[in-house]
Amino acid sequence: MINPFAPIGRGVLAGLAEIGRFAAFAGRSAASCFAPPFFLGQFLRQCMAVGYYSLPVIGLTAVFIGAALALNIYVGGARFNAESFVPNIVVLGITRELGPVLAGLMLAGRVSAGIAAEIGTMRVTEQLDAMTTLSTDPFKFLIAPRVLAATLTLPLLVLIADIIGVMGGYLVATYSLDFNGATYLRNTFNFLESQDVVLGLVKAAVFGFIIAVMGAYQGFNSSGGALGVGRATTNAVVGSIVLILAVNYLITAFFVE
Amino acid sequence: MTAKLQLIGIKKKLRGRQVLDGVDIDVAARRSLVIIGGSGQGKSVTLKCALGLMKPDEGKVLVDGADVTKMPPEIRARVMRKFGMLFQGGALFDSLTVWENIAFRLLYADKIARPEAKERAIEAMRKVRLAQEFADVRPIELSGGMQKRAGLARAIIAKPDILFFDEPTTGLDPITADAINDLIVEMVKELGCAAVSITHDMPSARKIADEIAMLHNGKIVWRGPTASLDTSGNAMVEQFVAGRADGPIQAVV
Ligand SMILES: Nc1ncnc2c1ncn2[C@@H]1O[C@H](COP(=O)(O)OP(=O)(O)O)[C@@H](O)[C@H]1O
Ligand SMILES: [Mg+2]
Repeated sequence: MINPFAPIGRGVLAGLAEIGRFAAFAGRSAASCFAPPFFLGQFLRQCMAVGYYSLPVIGLTAVFIGAALALNIYVGGARFNAESFVPNIVVLGITRELGPVLAGLMLAGRVSAGIAAEIGTMRVTEQLDAMTTLSTDPFKFLIAPRVLAATLTLPLLVLIADIIGVMGGYLVATYSLDFNGATYLRNTFNFLESQDVVLGLVKAAVFGFIIAVMGAYQGFNSSGGALGVGRATTNAVVGSIVLILAVNYLITAFFVE
Repeated sequence: MTAKLQLIGIKKKLRGRQVLDGVDIDVAARRSLVIIGGSGQGKSVTLKCALGLMKPDEGKVLVDGADVTKMPPEIRARVMRKFGMLFQGGALFDSLTVWENIAFRLLYADKIARPEAKERAIEAMRKVRLAQEFADVRPIELSGGMQKRAGLARAIIAKPDILFFDEPTTGLDPITADAINDLIVEMVKELGCAAVSITHDMPSARKIADEIAMLHNGKIVWRGPTASLDTSGNAMVEQFVAGRADGPIQAVV
């Protein structure tokens, strides 16, 4: 007798178990950020690695997206004689949605993959075990600094991305769409509300947490040599992207209500 | 005399396979026990259970007579401070310099100031005869033998009561291997600690062991003083020592 539903049930159970393990890992990671010992040096080094060195990637992404957004909104707006809304919609789209989501996706590639590869290599070469035998908790020494750095620097990166993105739109609007520069900026800032920026920054902090924890989780649980580390890296990128997009919707829906 | 370290009835199942099926070993202070056995027989898993890196499904790990598996985490951490471990591949942290690796426990667990930690790291390097000029390079620039020396220096820096060695000579040429064996004997004597090593390298086992135990199919099938290894009367030990493919142990290839 073969029950056709058995494989489905098994798959669902395995999926739920994985979600449970990830949630427990995330909880332990978060807890280890708030309990001593703290490794300030490690934290600062991670702030450089996660935050500072991501600036070029984030800046380039933002300027091109801002510019493309301005063009598209101009074309779409022209259908309703609403071209003048370009600055308003550009700043809204960037601060509430595109800034945090694109920054999150770029860092899923750059940071989550990096964390998974580094911690995964440490797992398969027994460096994590060695650290434990040296009376140092890898959650405190490795994971907490990365999680804190990503959670705190991603909002800063997004703030910068917001400004650069608006500038991208501004450049296109003034150089090729014949907008008046001063009017464009005035419309941008008069329209913008603080809750738009706050929403974006809240998203950014949550995405930063997801990126670091997913990378650490995949690396921590990797096994099977170089192949296992490669798999962990891929899973970290895919996992954090999916989670970022899902959580992005939930946060947006929550704020809109 | 109570044993420094005692494992009683350790069982561990991994991926559906009963890797350890009731392992009993014990080692007294100033004694060196070597566990021999084929690849994949669970030698490393045994050490990991002793070190608390893996939780046994059943059994006790006694350190100075107290069961480590039942201790609250803080007390257990204090007991674990008495352990030093040399990992199979060295397991040096590649993001840190050699001296920071050696002094890791001092720097990050004991929060000792860097100048003092470095001084002690260099003293440990002298003990394992690793030239001081390597203190500031990354472990990746060291040869295999030097990585083992650095790993050994890291294991002994806080003067442990129990030293663990996982295949200390695997992957080394015979001369370097012999030098590492000498160093292990010397360190165990100097620190007056207990030592538990695992290896499948017989010359190494003979050199560093006071006592030898053989692990097979998840159990200790024989143990005795090193001198009695050749007169064990145990067919599995005889086959292993002679390195023959035919006998009670099937080669798993
Ligand atoms: N972390 C682990 N997860 C699952 N299986 C493991 C793990 N570590 C070891 N094993 C399995 O346990 C068995 C014994 O491994 P090990 O103790 O490393 O052997 P050895 O005697 O060569 O040191 C092997 O079959 C190995 O695949
Ligand atoms: Mg092994």
